[in-house]
Amino acid sequence: MIAPSALMFNYFLVFIILLFITGIYCILVSFNLIRALIGLEVLIKAVTLLIILAGYICGRTALAQAIVITLIVIEIVVMVVAGGIAFWAFRYNKTIDPRRLSNLKG
Amino acid sequence: MTIRLIRAVVGLALTSAILAVIMYRLNSPLAAVFELSVCSGLISVIFITTVSFTQRISKERLRVRKRERLAKFWLLPIILAVAGLLLTWYLKIPDFVLAAPSNGPDVRGIIWNLRHLDLFGQVIVLLAGVFGVVILFKEADK
Repeated sequence: MIAPSALMFNYFLVFIILLFITGIYCILVSFNLIRALIGLEVLIKAVTLLIILAGYICGRTALAQAIVITLIVIEIVVMVVAGGIAFWAFRYNKTIDPRRLSNLKG
Repeated sequence: MTIRLIRAVVGLALTSAILAVIMYRLNSPLAAVFELSVCSGLISVIFITTVSFTQRISKERLRVRKRERLAKFWLLPIILAVAGLLLTWYLKIPDFVLAAPSNGPDVRGIIWNLRHLDLFGQVIVLLAGVFGVVILFKEADK
């Protein structure tokens, strides 16, 4: 759909790498389970965009879309279960700060 | 419910919406629809539901948290700006010839014929998620 040019792909790659950096930074720095999950989401979005871009470059967008749909299904399951765990952690410990979730320390 | 977390969730939903537009422009409309409806819609609902159970912290702790957050996140815009500039300047991909527009099977054909094993995997993952949530909330009721 877009006129192909190497410059455009450069910009997309830069955007993907910046999304990666944002997600990893968010996971590493924030002490909040929900914020860490949001960082994980950002990481998954970068991977999704990378797959779509690879499919577009190779001319196999249909295969890329099939893989992305699988990825989205897995993503939603991971998010639901992780949200449930965050809720459970808050209910029992009254906090979602991972530093204070010390019941599982062994 | 904390406003700061709601802001983060809305930001995530906006990112998903922008990603959906990019996907549509990259000739992947079905994935874009999934991204927009599931990631931007359903995941936001899940996050907001989870956030709605959290409690608002007191004003003094909020002030301390704000200072802590500023101390933690002030580096991120700088890292992003520097990395963006460096990558834009130095990332040179050799000019390649794009493959011809897809003449092969469309998404439906790929999903149902070529990657039908993925569908079983998806069903198993969905069932595992459902059982996981059921067990989590069953334990919570006790």
